[in-house]
Amino acid sequence: MSAYEISIISIIGINVILAVSLNMISGFCGQISLGHGAFFGAGAYAAALTMVGCGSVPLAIVAALITGSILGVIVGFASLRVRTDFLAVTTIGVNFLFVGFVRKQAWLGGEMGISGIPATGLGAAGNMTMILLFAAATIALSLYISRSWMGFAFRAVGQDEGAAATLGINSGAYKLAAFGIGTALAGLAGGLYAFFTQFITADAFDFIFSVMLMAMVVIGGIGSTWGVVVAAAGLTLLPEAIRFVNDYRLLVFGGLLVLVIRLAPGGLAAMFQNVFLRTRKP
Amino acid sequence: MSAVLQLDGVAIRFGGVQAIAGVSFAVEKGDFVGLIGPNGAGKTTLIRIIAGLLRPDAGRVRLSGVDVTGDATAARVRRGLALTHQIVRPFREMTVLDNVVLGAGYRYTSNPFRALLHLDRRREKERAAQILAQVGLGGTEGKLAGSLPLGQMKRLEVARALAVDPEVILLDEPLAGLNHTEASKQVETIAEVHARGITVVLVEHNLEEVMRICRRLIVLNNGQVIGDGEPRAVMADPAVHDAYVGAGMVGHAEA
Ligand SMILES: Nc1ncnc2c1ncn2[C@@H]1O[C@H](COP(=O)(O)OP(=O)(O)OP(=O)(O)O)[C@@H](O)[C@H]1O
Ligand SMILES: [Mg+2]
Repeated sequence: MSAYEISIISIIGINVILAVSLNMISGFCGQISLGHGAFFGAGAYAAALTMVGCGSVPLAIVAALITGSILGVIVGFASLRVRTDFLAVTTIGVNFLFVGFVRKQAWLGGEMGISGIPATGLGAAGNMTMILLFAAATIALSLYISRSWMGFAFRAVGQDEGAAATLGINSGAYKLAAFGIGTALAGLAGGLYAFFTQFITADAFDFIFSVMLMAMVVIGGIGSTWGVVVAAAGLTLLPEAIRFVNDYRLLVFGGLLVLVIRLAPGGLAAMFQNVFLRTRKP
Repeated sequence: MSAVLQLDGVAIRFGGVQAIAGVSFAVEKGDFVGLIGPNGAGKTTLIRIIAGLLRPDAGRVRLSGVDVTGDATAARVRRGLALTHQIVRPFREMTVLDNVVLGAGYRYTSNPFRALLHLDRRREKERAAQILAQVGLGGTEGKLAGSLPLGQMKRLEVARALAVDPEVILLDEPLAGLNHTEASKQVETIAEVHARGITVVLVEHNLEEVMRICRRLIVLNNGQVIGDGEPRAVMADPAVHDAYVGAGMVGHAEA
């Protein structure tokens, strides 16, 4: 495998973890978050500092998971206080705050970011394998949650919190759980990203990246794990395959997002299901 | 104490309106209470306070002797309370069956961690199908809840309330908007619920049905209890009669 292929596959793995974890928050539990990049970044910085400090890969992964989810639970508390549409605005704010804050912090490398992050010692192919294993684990967790009573309760909370409460479901606890799990995984993706690039700056975690992640979720089909996996892989490859898409990334993803919402709100998952059902019927 | 539900001096004010002005009563286990009163008397407000959807300015709410005044709705449901909404609120994008299954699995959903550790739904599906048959929704299991006509949605509300194994069930106008046949079916269902030992508190404008099935009437007017007791005796009370005539409710009830 060429170095280029390894790097593309690694990025796909990281984006799959990010999109699938965002889908847990926004797809399963209905809490629109447009700041997933911030939790990704928090994990990346936590892992980078741990690697620079002690060079331990397992510790760096744990630090990334915990940092992502602590920040996530804090933002989750905001979701208990505000209406869903306002939550979207709040999370955008969190993303801008994160990037603005990191840029001004000398201990986080400021504008220059953190470079020279020690290598994991696994080599590029080893890193890629690790990323793919974590991506597979994330997909498995997502499929499991969706089938469990937790996923069931998430859907209820996402559709109507008041009605969920009359069935004895404490919406607040479930929203915090969704944020806690989803952002821990975003933190994990950040850690893997730091291992992969060995160099991070705040710009990699900006709001535009968060919008791209949301585009993956919506285009894949809100709530559908496999749809989101396919969309994450496809939307990562698209800019590589087509030069134009790379140059007009925001325009293309934004356009696709609007098109899907207008024409096929169920995304790829619903389209696939329709085709499948139609061909099965006589 | 055998009161499953007890209110002590409950009061709430919305701006200039004292919607509930010091209401106290206790409901014994197994009773069937009609909560009536003219429009704007405070019936829905009182139900919402009992359910924990509104915090009272003063007073206490107890369920089986336990003070739940500070508890959220979900916690009260776990103490044996169930309610139906005056305006129906099914999970529209779930099937009819799933709407009830979710309630029937209340033991698994008590907290997210517990919910995460459980997958199996077979028993809850059976239970939900039974409840649906009981309220007359057999055969609609696979339909999307949002596609049901109003009469069936009202029954789905009752089915969901039953799924959480309640001791007390609060029904806010379960007959409103139903035609005559649908209404009498719904009344039958409610009577069956009571026959199974569940305490019922029913808010209803249809006085004819209320007189027929309730064993006790509590009359609210301007946020206060103005009558409480055996239905016939209460309705014969001139104060109750005046409140209704004053609000033009006799015509409404007979319509
Ligand atoms: N959220 C609110 N804000 C302000 N005023 C309210 C609110 N809810 C109820 N009220 C007022 O409180 C009073 C009692 O209303 P409530 O809905 O409890 O009456 P009700 O007995 O259920 O009437 P109906 O028979 O019409 O359903 C009314 O004067 C109403 O306008
Ligand atoms: Mg009312």
